Amino acid sequence: MGQARDDYVLDLTASRRGYALNRMCLSLKDAANRERFNADEAAYCDAYGLSPEQKKAVLERDWTAMLDLGASIFYTYKLAMMDRKSMQYLGGVFTGMTAEEFAAALRSGGRKFG
Amino acid sequence: MAEVIWGLATSHVPSIGAAMDNRKTGDEYWKPLFDGYAPAREWMAEHTPDVAIVVYNDHANAVDLDLVPTFGIGTAESYQVADEGWGRRPVPVVRGAPELSEHLVRELVDEGFDLATFHRLDVDHGLTVPLSVYCPEPGEAWPCRVIPLLVNVIQYPQPTAARCFALGQALGRAIRSFPGAEKVAVFGTGGMSHQLAGARAGLINSEFDRMYLTAIETEPAKLAALGREEYIRLAGTEGIELIMWLVMRGALSENIRRVHETYHVPASNTAAGLALFEELGA
Repeated sequence: MGQARDDYVLDLTASRRGYALNRMCLSLKDAANRERFNADEAAYCDAYGLSPEQKKAVLERDWTAMLDLGASIFYTYKLAMMDRKSMQYLGGVFTGMTAEEFAAALRSGGRKFG
Repeated sequence: MAEVIWGLATSHVPSIGAAMDNRKTGDEYWKPLFDGYAPAREWMAEHTPDVAIVVYNDHANAVDLDLVPTFGIGTAESYQVADEGWGRRPVPVVRGAPELSEHLVRELVDEGFDLATFHRLDVDHGLTVPLSVYCPEPGEAWPCRVIPLLVNVIQYPQPTAARCFALGQALGRAIRSFPGAEKVAVFGTGGMSHQLAGARAGLINSEFDRMYLTAIETEPAKLAALGREEYIRLAGTEGIELIMWLVMRGALSENIRRVHETYHVPASNTAAGLALFEELGA
């Protein structure tokens, strides 16, 4: 059903595609791993078996590309938190807004569809 | 026999917990939300349960994508608060109720709900934020023991809303058949308009949320009949968390009273809802 929509549903196909990426992000729940990641991001991505595309998306913080490569927002949010980026910042990235514009849209009642 | 004394539906947005932890509840942004909680908190403080069963979902902290149980339940003496990537919340360790957990597992499996069991479970904001909504100043310990009941709402296909409602009904029967005098509260957590990723990020469907807040009391079967695609379309990809409210509602009887409700936009990227029901007797 992900095909027919303009958002991302973590079905089993996406879960398989994003396995290494999500597993790497999950590992950041441990403080020691956060230190290892900060010391050498590329090597850390390699250690978790990310594909070249996934590694590039992580190193460039291309949040939309990560979703396209099977990431779950709950997993990549741990990476965003390491950069001290809020969920509202990510919402802005996904919708072509700044974090402030996105937050303002929410404060005025949120975005409407259909 | 144990009894269910109340049911709480509440959002579990992490920033609600952060607002409490960082003493921001009086800020302009957060004050309306916490003002909305006040009457429910006062009532709950006067009706302390012995055990809270918190129906929630893990957010990539204790459950990973290697193994995704549709339903799971904690069976431990205690549960550590998870480090979700930015350090542990400064809230007390969660004390379990293993005898009641064991009873629930047996009864629910006998009813056809094959729960995964967790002996070790670090509980994340999905569980600790609802506890803070209930009890903002726990001090050294939470005022009640807790049983975590997990639902997969992250990986598609999630359980149907109807299955969650039926689980709640079986849960209510199982609680009432426990040979103890425990007073039990049931929390259904998460939910309300909630779209975190993609082009629809920031979706708020207040009309659907308000309908849900009303119908959860009076017409839960109508909500149980909605398909998961409808939840995702109407409430957002993460709005499907609303199916966990139906587990709580199923555990209550038809004979309930709405104590309080509140609804607020925004809490970070989502809507936040709360509805509190007193059980008047099954």
